[in-house]
Amino acid sequence: MTRMTGRIAALSATALLIAGQASAHRAWILPSTFTLSGEAQRITVDAAISNDLFYPNHHALDLDSVSVTAPDGSDVPLEHAASGEYRSVFDVPLTQQGTYKIGSGGSGFFASWEEDGERRRWRGSAEDLAEAGIAEKPGVSLTRSVRRVETFVTLGAPTDTVFSIEGDGLELQPVTHPNDVFADEDVSFGFTLDGAPAAGIEVEIVLGYDRYRDGGGIVTLTSDEDGQITFTPEEPGPYWLSAEAEGTVMFEEREIPSRTSYVMTFEALPF
Amino acid sequence: MRAILTIASLSVAAMPAAADELDVRITIPQLNVAEYHRPYVAAWIANEDHSVAANLAVWYQLEQRGSDEGETWLKDLRQWWRRAGRSMDMPADGISGPTQAPGTHDIVLDTESGPLAGLEPGSYTLVVEAVREVGGRETVSIPFSWPLDPAQPLSGEGETELGRISLQIISEDSN
Repeated sequence: MTRMTGRIAALSATALLIAGQASAHRAWILPSTFTLSGEAQRITVDAAISNDLFYPNHHALDLDSVSVTAPDGSDVPLEHAASGEYRSVFDVPLTQQGTYKIGSGGSGFFASWEEDGERRRWRGSAEDLAEAGIAEKPGVSLTRSVRRVETFVTLGAPTDTVFSIEGDGLELQPVTHPNDVFADEDVSFGFTLDGAPAAGIEVEIVLGYDRYRDGGGIVTLTSDEDGQITFTPEEPGPYWLSAEAEGTVMFEEREIPSRTSYVMTFEALPF
Repeated sequence: MRAILTIASLSVAAMPAAADELDVRITIPQLNVAEYHRPYVAAWIANEDHSVAANLAVWYQLEQRGSDEGETWLKDLRQWWRRAGRSMDMPADGISGPTQAPGTHDIVLDTESGPLAGLEPGSYTLVVEAVREVGGRETVSIPFSWPLDPAQPLSGEGETELGRISLQIISEDSN
């Protein structure tokens, strides 16, 4: 019955997203291997936006938004990167011991206003917004958005350097390292919103490869006052985690709505 | 040969505990499969909180001609990798060894030195984990109290990738 409740909650959350946002599809970055051993290794990574996890059936994830951060903080260039209609792929060479972050992120503004009797929509960066004079359109409504789609891969022992907080939008502050998740063990993840603990946000966790089940495999949790959630993955496999938060942000002396999302893929290994 | 044994027993009599050895016997089963590769095997002694009390052995494809490709698959010994391997420098002295053929293999350890030195009396688990390329993975766990009673050898049975695993104290004077 708890599963059923989770399912219903997840569906209504999705419905809200469709109403409020152009895309309610699930964005994901899935590495071929999450945990590796040896001196140097290479992984191949899929990145897509789809309805089903992890089947590319809607749109490729834009590779221009993807970056890889090595344990020492340096950028790792993508290798053999290519985008098809439904899926982007690339390789990542791992030459340092520790945890790498593979992330797609961006922040920007949505604007909508009435012009010549028509509803106009616009989306772009803060610079584009100023340049195009969008913020000065009569009756314009602005929304700021910050989104992240991430995954983590570890060569050797896990490290924490890639979890530094930028202080903008929703970010992950792991309690359990995402490359140290095992089925039937408690897992805790924390989240920050603009750098502070993200209390009371809804976090949805979905077991991947949902094509082969009729339902279930979804839990919806609310973060505690420390911005943390704790759950127990019942089955080994790749999981998709998604969280959203809404608030307000100051933009040129006006308060505008802000919307931020965080997505992470991770795997639970069998014990 | 006999003379040497006598001298050995004499020294045992003088210093009984020092000559005890722990014998961990690992059976790798003969498998009738089309493509067989010797398994990677790790053996360790776990504390009650699953942390590692003593690393006993890891058998894997050791470095060849400057290639460390064999280390690529160490992470497939999932529990060992998590508990021990990922924070060790490989190869590890006295622990790393080559993969072994089907049959029984003994890891014989002095109870007073090496990995077992400083093992406090208490409850532990012997964990043996095996994983095979294009094969399966299995762990066999044998809980025990330390010091081990020489009169009561312990054993466990694997079902797929491992056969019988036993744990026994060999006192020199009982041979």
